[in-house]
Order: sequence, then structure tokens, then C-alpha cells
Amino acid sequence: MRALLIRDLRLALRAGGGFGLGLAFFLIVVVLVPFSVGPQAALLTRIAPGVLWLGALLACLLSLDRMLAVDWEDGALDLLATSPLPLEGVLAVKAVAHWITTGLPLVVAAPALGVLLNLAPGGYGVLVLSLALGTPALSMIGAFGAALTVGIKRGGLLLSLLVLPLYVPTLIFGAEAARRGAEGLDPSTPLLFLAGITAGVLACMPFAAGAVLRVNLR
Amino acid sequence: MSLWEYANPVKFLGLSERLLPWLWALAAVCLLVGLTWGFFLTPDDFRQGSTVKIIYLHVPSALMAINAWFMMLVASLIWIVRRHHVSALAARAAAPVGIVMTLIALLTGAIWGQPMWGTYWAWDPRLTSFLILFLFYLGYVALWEAIEDPDTAADLTSILCLVGSVFAVLSRYAVNFWNQGLHQGASLSLDKEENVADVFYFPLLVCIAGFVLLFLALVLYRTGTEIRVRRTAALRARAARIVAPEGGLDA
Repeated sequence: MRALLIRDLRLALRAGGGFGLGLAFFLIVVVLVPFSVGPQAALLTRIAPGVLWLGALLACLLSLDRMLAVDWEDGALDLLATSPLPLEGVLAVKAVAHWITTGLPLVVAAPALGVLLNLAPGGYGVLVLSLALGTPALSMIGAFGAALTVGIKRGGLLLSLLVLPLYVPTLIFGAEAARRGAEGLDPSTPLLFLAGITAGVLACMPFAAGAVLRVNLR
Repeated sequence: MSLWEYANPVKFLGLSERLLPWLWALAAVCLLVGLTWGFFLTPDDFRQGSTVKIIYLHVPSALMAINAWFMMLVASLIWIVRRHHVSALAARAAAPVGIVMTLIALLTGAIWGQPMWGTYWAWDPRLTSFLILFLFYLGYVALWEAIEDPDTAADLTSILCLVGSVFAVLSRYAVNFWNQGLHQGASLSLDKEENVADVFYFPLLVCIAGFVLLFLALVLYRTGTEIRVRRTAALRARAARIVAPEGGLDA
């Protein structure tokens, strides 16, 4: 498991393109928002938590189809399927690698982009906490979506259509927690819900993802 | 004699051919009676005027939109556990019907909402969760269309249906939470069942029965079509296999 994780991380870092792309996308989305809604500070302060959450979610989505497609094309996935590690474990590791290369940089970069959007001073801690709690769920749900569409040519658009509705609960609780934090309210309830969703997804989703990948590898 | 006998496509087709004329006729009668009764023979509501009558389309279609997904969930489970092809095809056949029901519910709701709430759309929990249900339907149908191998498609969509059901329920309650957080005291309740008077209640029941029968008829009909399409494909494949050796491929 550890070997697979290290391999995936190394591939993401060295094989070019994948790593940092999500981060750049996140930056561009956030920069485009003031252009589209105007630069009024008060308005930006109000929408900042939601925009940051939406940007992080889209950046996560962007790199999902690469999660399994490359291994699918060169046959590495077939080797992994015959290895002693069960497919559920493979997918969990893939999701962790995806989170480390995509989710974690987003969490780290979010406060800096919060400055750009004039986020309320009290909101930074909760924003980072909510993203750190929520993005693992995004990666794991994304692994399910990637496993579902891996056999389909040009499945990227279909992947978004399938995965985005599944992101709704995470987005609702994450953005709500960030908003409450920014407005100085108590964010603990949505944070707890968010943590609950992430824990549930991490516990159950590998099995669903493993089942669909097994069907696709048949 | 058990229910599982109808997992045999031939038996299923025989049954559905015997049932379908009755179902179509009963659905037509129920809808005709229910809608005529509801639209023309009930009094106007003293506050809502005649707009109240859209309830005869809105409530049954919303009910069937949810029940269609529920039926797909049960059919998917049967496919996963017992591998009956008819079941997978029935789930596939129900999805577009469910989409149309969801659309009818959303549209009639919007038409009613404009004079009553002063807006076509509000981010009320029920409205929002219906929109999310609509998205789930779209994804489900798109996945069916995208995969060529029928068994793979059936497996993948049935798992998507299970996962989607969990997330649809989650979203339903998450949206509730989000909305209360945003608009305190928004009291837009669509739950009219409790305060509906008997004059409106009985035609509504007839309409609901009509929609249920219509849904059953449509699903049986579409499942039959799917079975025949599958059979045609199998016959074509077999014919191609018989012809091929003469061309000197194997021999």
C-alpha cells in the first residue's frame, strides 16, 4: 500500500502537468470572480467563503479523470487488480494520493486566495479547517466517479455530471461552516456534519468504487 | 408459482402483454375522471382561486418522481443480487419516465408558485432537493447511454443508483439545514395533504391512482421494448456468427 502511494505521488510530481494544475485552476477561478461580479469589497467579503469552496471543488474535479485513466491505458490497473492488495485498497490509496497532490495544496493556498477576495479576518481558521475536513471526501467520491467512467472514451464530461450531484452535501456543509466562521457565528454544527460525511464516505466509498472498477476490468 | 417466474423474459412479455391493455385503459379512465373532476367539478379555493387545481398534476407527478427512483433502486438491488436481466432493463426503462415526472412536478410547481409566492423559483428545501433528484436522473441515464456492453452498463448503473440514493437522501436533509441557515422563518410548505378538504382530496386520490397506473403501463411497455431490442441484437449477432465461417474466416 505504501509502495503504491509513493509510486502515485512520484508519478504525479514528476510526470508533469497533473501536479499544480489544480492549484493554478483554483487561482484562476478566484481571480475571475471579481471580474465577473465587480470589485466591491463588501460584496466580495460576503461571497468569499462560497466562492473559495466552489473553486476548490472544481479544482478537485478537474484532475479526477487522470486519477485512473493513465493506469488504465498502460495496463498498470490490470496488474494492480491481480496484486494481493484488494481493489478497494488500491482505490483508497489512489484517493489519498489525489488528496495529497490536489486537496492539500488547495487547503494551504485557500487563505492566500481569501486575501484576494477580502475574506473577513475571523474566517481564515474555519475556512482552512472546513476545507481540510471536506476535501478528502471530494477525493474519495471522485475516485468512485473515476472508477465508474474509466472504461468510457471521453468520459470526462460524464464524470462531472455523475460526480457533481454527489458533491452537494459536502459543499453545503463545507461552505456553510466557512460562511459561519467568516460572519463570526459558531461553525461547529456544520463542521461536525462535514466531518461525519467525510468519515462515512471514507469508510463506505472504497467498496462501491472497488465494485465498479471490478466490473470495468472484467 | 412465484414472482421470480417473471424474471424469464418470455414469461414477462406474456404477462405484460396481457396486463398492458388493462393498465392503459384504467390509467386513461382514472386520469380522465380525476382531472375532469378536479379541474371542472370542484370549487375554487377561497384564497388561492383556481390555481389550487394544479395540485391534481403536481402532487401525483412529484409522488411518482420519487417512487420511480425507489423502483429503480429495488430493481437495481434485484439485478445485483439475483442477476435477472428483466430487472435491470426495468430500471433502465423507468428512468426517463422518472425524469419526465420530475420535470412535470418542477414545472407545475413553478407555474403555481408565480401567482402564489410571487416567484417561479425559490431555494426552498423541497424544490432544491427535487432539482438535485433531477440531476441524479440525468447522470443515471447518461451512464446507461455511454456504455456499450449491456451487462457492464447494468452493473455500473445499478451501483450508481445505490450510491446515488444514499446521497440523494443526504442532500435532502443537508439542503434542509442549509436553507434554515440562510432564510430563517421561511415557511413555504408544500405539504398540502393535511389541510386539503375532502372536495379536493378524492379527485386527488383518483389522479394519483391514474399516475401510478400510467407509470406502471409506461414501465412495462418500455421494458418490453428493451427486451425486444436486446433480443434483436442477440439474433443479429447469431446470424453474423453463422454467416462468418462461410466467408472462410475459421474454416
